[in-house]
Amino acid sequence: MFVRTLRAMTAEPLHVGEAVVVEREHLEQLLQVLVSRGYEVVGPTLREGAIVYDHLTSTEGLPSGWTDEQAGGKYRVKRRQDQALFGYAVGPHSWKKFLCPPLQRLWQAARNGKGLRILPEEERAAPKYAFFGVRACELNAIAIQDKVFIEGQFVDPGYKARRENLFLVAVNCGQAGGTCFCASMNTGPKATSGFDLALTELLQNGRHYFLVEVGSVRGAEILAAVPHQPANDADKQHAERILDDTTRHMGRRLDTREIKELLYRNYEHPQWDKVTERCLSCANCTMVCPTCFCTTVEDVTDLTGEHAERWRRWDSCFTVDFSYIHGGSVRATPRSRYRQWMTHKLATWIDQFGVSGCVGCGRCITWCPVGIDITVETGAIRESDLVKAPADQGKDSA
Amino acid sequence: MIQTLEPILREHPFFHGMEDQHVRLIAGCSKNVRFGEGEVIFREGDPADHFYLIREGLVSVQFVIPHDGLTTVLTVGGGEVLGWSWLFPPYRWHFDARAQQPTHALAFDGKCLRAKCDEDHDLGYEIYKRFMQVVTERLEATRLQLLDMYGSHV
Amino acid sequence: MAAMFEQTEVVTAGLVPDPMLPVPYRIQRVKQETDDTFTLEILPEDSGKGFSFAPGQFNMLYVFGVGEVPISISSDPTNLPLLKHTTRVVGTVTKAMRKLKRGEIMGIRGPFGSHWPVEEAIGRDVVIVAGGIGLAPLRPALYRLMAEREKFRKIVLLYGTRTPEEMLYRHELEQWRGKFDLEIQVTVDRAASTWRGNVGVVTTMIPRAPFDPSNTLAMICGPEVMMRFTVMEILKRGVAAERTYLSAERNMKCGIGFCGHCQYGPTFVCKDGPVFAFPRIATILGKSEI
Repeated sequence: MFVRTLRAMTAEPLHVGEAVVVEREHLEQLLQVLVSRGYEVVGPTLREGAIVYDHLTSTEGLPSGWTDEQAGGKYRVKRRQDQALFGYAVGPHSWKKFLCPPLQRLWQAARNGKGLRILPEEERAAPKYAFFGVRACELNAIAIQDKVFIEGQFVDPGYKARRENLFLVAVNCGQAGGTCFCASMNTGPKATSGFDLALTELLQNGRHYFLVEVGSVRGAEILAAVPHQPANDADKQHAERILDDTTRHMGRRLDTREIKELLYRNYEHPQWDKVTERCLSCANCTMVCPTCFCTTVEDVTDLTGEHAERWRRWDSCFTVDFSYIHGGSVRATPRSRYRQWMTHKLATWIDQFGVSGCVGCGRCITWCPVGIDITVETGAIRESDLVKAPADQGKDSA
Repeated sequence: MIQTLEPILREHPFFHGMEDQHVRLIAGCSKNVRFGEGEVIFREGDPADHFYLIREGLVSVQFVIPHDGLTTVLTVGGGEVLGWSWLFPPYRWHFDARAQQPTHALAFDGKCLRAKCDEDHDLGYEIYKRFMQVVTERLEATRLQLLDMYGSHV
Repeated sequence: MAAMFEQTEVVTAGLVPDPMLPVPYRIQRVKQETDDTFTLEILPEDSGKGFSFAPGQFNMLYVFGVGEVPISISSDPTNLPLLKHTTRVVGTVTKAMRKLKRGEIMGIRGPFGSHWPVEEAIGRDVVIVAGGIGLAPLRPALYRLMAEREKFRKIVLLYGTRTPEEMLYRHELEQWRGKFDLEIQVTVDRAASTWRGNVGVVTTMIPRAPFDPSNTLAMICGPEVMMRFTVMEILKRGVAAERTYLSAERNMKCGIGFCGHCQYGPTFVCKDGPVFAFPRIATILGKSEI
């Protein structure tokens, strides 16, 4: 019935926390097992000069042998010397495009005579995704969006269904991206939880293989069908070294000490004026940010006026009418809108959800057309803090 | 024979913190007055030789607008002070004041008080300090009125 | 009267069946209140789908095919399932809403948000300061207070509007004055010569209003600038900051904390508000463009 090739040396089922080794040529099997279980596999693929997230029918779709060069306002893909499948950082897409689709119909309504009938979207089954190649920062981003959509006072049923069906194959980063700072945000580079399986890609002496850590029962069950061997200490240490290396080569740093208080007392800091000189309010940062969740709704009707629909789509706090109330927008100036975005991301988010809204993925820096850097902006405010922290106040008067 | 108004003055927040001797001086310049509903208390341009502490009732501060009649811009009620034109030349009222309801007030002789303030600068300081506060509060309230806060643009 | 507070079940968060789907409500009456303000009186199409609410909460009102807006509930929480919403015509949706007629149908999602702390006012003086249309979200609180009048000490309502013509619920105010032991003082910013009442901003009535600041709960609603200065006067009188409540307003697209539009500093007006205890928003109230 079920033919097992190259089964593990031990006959016991895999445990959560256990690590095994899977050869490169068997990684395809992992993907196919997921497909055979009814998962829609999505992962990184090279398209139009960027590594984006899209449907994968096989590991052939992965950007084998490619890497990226990222800096403020700059993103280029480049050929690697090797054939690493995950030898790059993150691109313009984040997994939120699948968990919170950019455009979504919430319900339809029919008006007949004087009655009104609402037809929810629930009838269609939620998609069953397998995310193939999720970075540690992105696992944290997903956990953060979980707090918004399923762990609060209200639950978004669509998000919940997609989230429950989700299979996560994480990837530990083999190199830090040019704008990465997950180490500062404590969100990586190692995936520590929230995954079903976590891969670390190892290329050594002509051998291309993966250390695979089991993160859940579901992960163990899927992995059991993939040819593997137990991991030995040397493999584990190799993986550790790679991660240490990645940690030490982060593209950026963000000093997060008392960052909430710092931003709360600097609402009138001149740095906001400085950044306004460059910010175009283009909303790129909010589109690429994996934790930004703002949406708007559009109510539409057909020509007969008997049939209406409500659609939800991504929105951005950078738009002028985001904060519109009778007569005008509360945040009428670009200055106030940049301040809102950054203060929300790094400070008020903590009061709202208990964690920072930033995972240090660097996308906002890379994809800002003018290269505004959230770590630089924060640094500038910290350096010329308008109101010294109480501990420092005494020193000046001495 | 003339019942002194000192105790009544002392009760009023306007005179809180004032020394007894000053309160006595001022009481000497004060008297009880009553106005019937609709009665004119003073008119724009009249000599301003008094100020009033309203005890009970409602007084309208009004302007005569040609073709429009009387327009009330403010009402002053129980516990409030009315009138500071007695403090500065030309000592003339800048508006009309009319009792909207039967009103009971204390009237203070401004001419008399001006003279006493010139003699006793400490008294002057106490009076000007308090009037400054009244004027400031009135001005701030007027600014809010100017803002037209309930307009649909707000 | 039996313990009404315990009996009335407030439908909160998790109990709202599906907070994203509007429930059909039929219009019973559209009442013009002032030049640009009107009240909708509505009943649930399916009598089983009515819900109770706490004073201060709001609903998202949907006009078929046009859109949805958040509007405070301004009806009597003890007279369910009838709902009333008073609103001004300010945009596309409210304009379309004004054109609705008796018998037509609309969608309601709610009730959402925090509420006026009527329970906390038991045994205390209550001072309510309303400005303009701000009386609408406060009216349910007044109904609640009057329903169990004996539980509260002095109740003072200070109400300011632009002109006498723009006063809401005038008839009702007269009734309350007569029927219940309530001190009601109204004032206008400007008036024609026929007006015999107070003229001046509502904040000027606070210093001499008859309540004991050491044991008072204050509820304030109106334009933001009016609330700011009202809070100042209320605190000056000596009312405790933590017993001073305001109702804030921001752009809302969902009403349930998902769309992000209503953020006000670290708060979401739709779930942490709209009713806030002053200390919660003290540092951001009045800050420009927050």
